[in-house]
Amino acid sequence: MNLLSVSNLNVSFRLKHQDLAALIDISFTLNRGERIAIVGESGAGKSVLGFSIVNLIGKPGHIESGSIKLENKELTTMNLRQLQEVRGKRIAMIFQDPMMTLNPVITIGDQLVETIRSHTKISYKDARNIAIEKLHHVQISSAEKRFYQYPHELSGGMRQRVIIASVLLLNPDIIIADEPTTALDVTIQAEILQLLLTICRDNGVALVLISHDLGVVSKVAERTLVMYAGRVVEEGPTLEIINDPQHPYTQGLLNALPQMTLPGQRLNQIKGNMPSLAERPTGCAFHPRCPYATPRCKQEQPGFIHSGESSVACFMVEDMLSEFADQSDQEVNE
Amino acid sequence: MRHLKKDLIHPTSVSRWSHIWSGFIGDKLAVLSLVIFVFYCLFALMAPLVAPFDINDPAFMDLMNAEIAPSWISNDSRFLLGTDAQGRDLLSVILYGTRLSLTIGVCAVLIQATLGICIGLVAGYSGGRVDNFLMRCADIQLSFSTMMVAIVFLAIFQSLFGIAMYQQLAMIILILVIGLTEWPLFARTIRASVLAEKQKEYVDAARVMGISSKRIMFRHILPNTLSPVLVIFTVQIANAIVAEAALSFLGLGMPATEPSLGSLISAGFSYMFAGSWWICVIPSLTLIVLILVMNLLGDWLRDHLNPRVYKD
Repeated sequence: MNLLSVSNLNVSFRLKHQDLAALIDISFTLNRGERIAIVGESGAGKSVLGFSIVNLIGKPGHIESGSIKLENKELTTMNLRQLQEVRGKRIAMIFQDPMMTLNPVITIGDQLVETIRSHTKISYKDARNIAIEKLHHVQISSAEKRFYQYPHELSGGMRQRVIIASVLLLNPDIIIADEPTTALDVTIQAEILQLLLTICRDNGVALVLISHDLGVVSKVAERTLVMYAGRVVEEGPTLEIINDPQHPYTQGLLNALPQMTLPGQRLNQIKGNMPSLAERPTGCAFHPRCPYATPRCKQEQPGFIHSGESSVACFMVEDMLSEFADQSDQEVNE
Repeated sequence: MRHLKKDLIHPTSVSRWSHIWSGFIGDKLAVLSLVIFVFYCLFALMAPLVAPFDINDPAFMDLMNAEIAPSWISNDSRFLLGTDAQGRDLLSVILYGTRLSLTIGVCAVLIQATLGICIGLVAGYSGGRVDNFLMRCADIQLSFSTMMVAIVFLAIFQSLFGIAMYQQLAMIILILVIGLTEWPLFARTIRASVLAEKQKEYVDAARVMGISSKRIMFRHILPNTLSPVLVIFTVQIANAIVAEAALSFLGLGMPATEPSLGSLISAGFSYMFAGSWWICVIPSLTLIVLILVMNLLGDWLRDHLNPRVYKD
């Protein structure tokens, strides 16, 4: 049984005059201990997806239809109290900016203890011991001292470690990490990612890594979902996606990565911008920026084509496959 | 080099407070205000010990001693600031009066703050209809002036329950009336800060960790919104004391047997032009200085606690 299964999830933002679809028909599953990544440009709906898993989309956003199941419990219909049980205890979340995620006026220790005590009835002393143990776990030096310090007394990387410790407090099954390393500098990024990876591996925690950085993703995730304008456009094992991207958008993202081997070249970029929610193009939302766009792309939304473990939503791939099939048919006939 | 390296590091909370403190010490006006204010508070607290006479002692009132001028005019060394129309030592009465005024001011503002903070927090955090409803209540409350509500309420109370009953409960009623009418100021300020704080990620993070809304409001958001409250707090105490004095002056405040600064001024006013100016002028000066130092302190706090005008 899947630990988390999201099926046909539609999320929209209800404005005065119209409903803007932020997520359209998202489906994916997550197994116990699996690590998946969600990639895409800003505005693709990655964070909205992360928040909707814990049913915490800010107003005016709301889940239009679809289901999110944690084992066999439906999360979309839970009331607040049930959700508070799930949040933190089963599914925990790490945010982008560690400066902002910790409350500036409460000591680190108190914030950690509070999290434990809001879910389990244990004494302050026991909670404190757990918290210090977890601080050790995320390799914070002199954890006893840090326990009594305020967030501003720590460096950025240290703070992100504290946050990782805080999500570990209740031994969740799933950690959703929303761009956990974006606000950190490159050397610390690697450390934090490594830490996150080992922690997930050692404790069998499933990870949903939200990122725009395919480099980061390739180090951590086993499976990758590529999102564009609220839809999943390609899904599959990370290695396959990086080595053999099918969707033109994924290809574009990979081309845009700086290459250490080719000095002195301009970086490739995908021309144009992600469309805003209000101006979603008809058909395949990527067609205005796609170098291979055909008239058909403007009218129809491509369905998923599955091949092996991966699937992709693009007419070009579909055409290529059918041509290939025709050719082999002909060969067989001849 | 005036700026040492220490100053360039972003301010930690300890050094922020020590920074504020050193700025405070450098500001002579602020220090003077604080000294005078502490002086007032000490004398008010210790009034029964410091005052030369006990105002609750019936022997204290002696009409033979009525309207004696301050000692530097009358050369009567028994009464430093002279006596009032009932023959009470003005210094003692003023000490007790200050004590009463400060008590009423502080208690009334505590009520205002509690009400205002709770309402503002709930309104800001819940948003939507709850917010709309509570803030419209605040608007309605603000559209009645405090004075009007207080006058109407106190007048009705006096005529319903009689003067005797009123005199017993005067202090509590004054505190309640002033406390209950001015909460919108706190509510609005808190709500505005809550709206800003609510957007920050630590609130999301707390919600994601499954912490209850009540805890998020009071433990996470509230401490981050307190510095404007501190400023309003000082200014509002001054306002409450003035409101109480005004009501007493109109004869709706403290009874003459238990005089606050306002009722002293009111009582002395009738003797103003009969030559006994000190009965009115000395309590007035006491009140003016008290209000002035509180407002100066409030201004100073506003200038220095507000991060937007956080100056070096």
